[in-house]
Amino acid sequence: MDGLFGLDGATWDIILAVITALIKAFVIVNGLLLAFAYMTLTERKVLGRMQARFGPNRVGPFGLLQPIADGIKLAFKEDVTPRQANFWVHMVAPMMALIPALIIFAVIPLGPEMRILGQPWTWYVAKINVGYLYATAIASVGVYGLVLAGWASNSKYALLGGLRASAQVISYELAQGLAAMTALVLAGSLNLYEIVNQQVSSGLPYALYLPFGLIAFVIYVIAGVAETNRSPFDMAEAEGELGAGFHTEYSGFKWSMFFMAEYVNMINISALATVLFLGGWWPIPTDAPGFIQGLGPIVFLIKIGAFMFMFIWLRATFPRLRFDRLMSLGWKVLLPIALVNLLLTSAVVALWPLGVWPFAQ
Amino acid sequence: MAFVEVKSPPPPANALSGAVADVTALARGLGVTLGYMFQKPVTIQYPEERPRISARHRGRHELERHDNGLEKCVGCELCALACPSKAIFVEGAENPPDAPVSIGERYAKTYIVNMIRCIFCGFCVEACPTEALQLKKVFELADYTRESMIYSKETLLAPAPKREATDSWMPG
Repeated sequence: MDGLFGLDGATWDIILAVITALIKAFVIVNGLLLAFAYMTLTERKVLGRMQARFGPNRVGPFGLLQPIADGIKLAFKEDVTPRQANFWVHMVAPMMALIPALIIFAVIPLGPEMRILGQPWTWYVAKINVGYLYATAIASVGVYGLVLAGWASNSKYALLGGLRASAQVISYELAQGLAAMTALVLAGSLNLYEIVNQQVSSGLPYALYLPFGLIAFVIYVIAGVAETNRSPFDMAEAEGELGAGFHTEYSGFKWSMFFMAEYVNMINISALATVLFLGGWWPIPTDAPGFIQGLGPIVFLIKIGAFMFMFIWLRATFPRLRFDRLMSLGWKVLLPIALVNLLLTSAVVALWPLGVWPFAQ
Repeated sequence: MAFVEVKSPPPPANALSGAVADVTALARGLGVTLGYMFQKPVTIQYPEERPRISARHRGRHELERHDNGLEKCVGCELCALACPSKAIFVEGAENPPDAPVSIGERYAKTYIVNMIRCIFCGFCVEACPTEALQLKKVFELADYTRESMIYSKETLLAPAPKREATDSWMPG
């Protein structure tokens, strides 16, 4: 395309890259929201089956139009701001929860770098060398949404919910970060694509680097459930104790933004756990022929789906923890184990050459 | 549906075995919910699927007839006396010998059940000396107006005719 509109080839490459990234971002954001919508239906149906009932099955075949009905209902509900709430903070808080949740997915590599019709194609929006740091940093911004929602609502329940959310997320970020560090140490990289690539090329996901990888994986998943404020760690919105916690004073579309943020965060945690411990598109080799490489994203999505099922399964099974038990689990159990686990992993990685795991075979 | 027998576990010997026992308990809990997921839901999909009604269900009232078509009710008003919520009103009259309505000397000229007041306790059925009053299995009694909830004798008589406009309740 040299010389088109008086622009040289390098400029065109940049423009094309920007357009591609924008299209991918559009697809990812809408895909996440669609996944959110049908995740709510899946959750209600699976919860129903686990309680020996059907779940929604009236709107459309098998209740498949239920999310659309819910969405229309939420969009047309009255949007109430409490009289003494801080209007602007009250309005911005749901966005602060949702937007970080949506942009984390930019660094998730869904599949191997490949060629489609001879053109190079990538299954991520951005491949940055601090990919994991980006994900955790953005995820930490999301908790501001919860805290500000609790504060701005001028409601005791909401404030307590917001405080709980912040205390819980900060506590479990430590254990989660240390567990993720185990995978990062094994990979020797923060680049999520490189992390997956190493697991795929060595043929062994980090969760199978026994015993330390498995321990780190389990801690990461437990902390991930706590990070997303999901049952049995849903203190922040404990409906039996706090009304609805931080979103007590929210309704209509703002409330549904919190709802979206929670589910998109679940998808993000699942995707990150897949990248860090389950080897992304493993066992599809990165250098396989094109059409097999194309299965990579499908394998990745299946793994995310398994995590999402686990989230529902946990919610159907376990009662909510007491808040002090939650804190002691995070600080006295998960954090020390994750710390010792990281130290031992680091020792093994330091003593053996990179990419060799002495306990693997 | 099998119930899971809950045995209280022995106290753990040390912290590690305690932790193992806790994790085992959590895993068993997960197994229970997963097991339920593959069971048939107990839900009855009501309007399409009919519930099984017990033989002793106390539903809609019905005034029975003898095989020859005469009413069993003799207008004794014992049902109205037995009713704890005063839902029944009976007005008896002499049974005309040339055109008998019941087999007794008297018959129920007016028989009204206020279904809004009725608590379906069945005392009226127990009180009835001629087994004229029965509570049937019909349970879909919802309607749109209070007036239509007051069942007249025409509505109550067997074989239950289609319900129509009814008498006004309780003169005076």
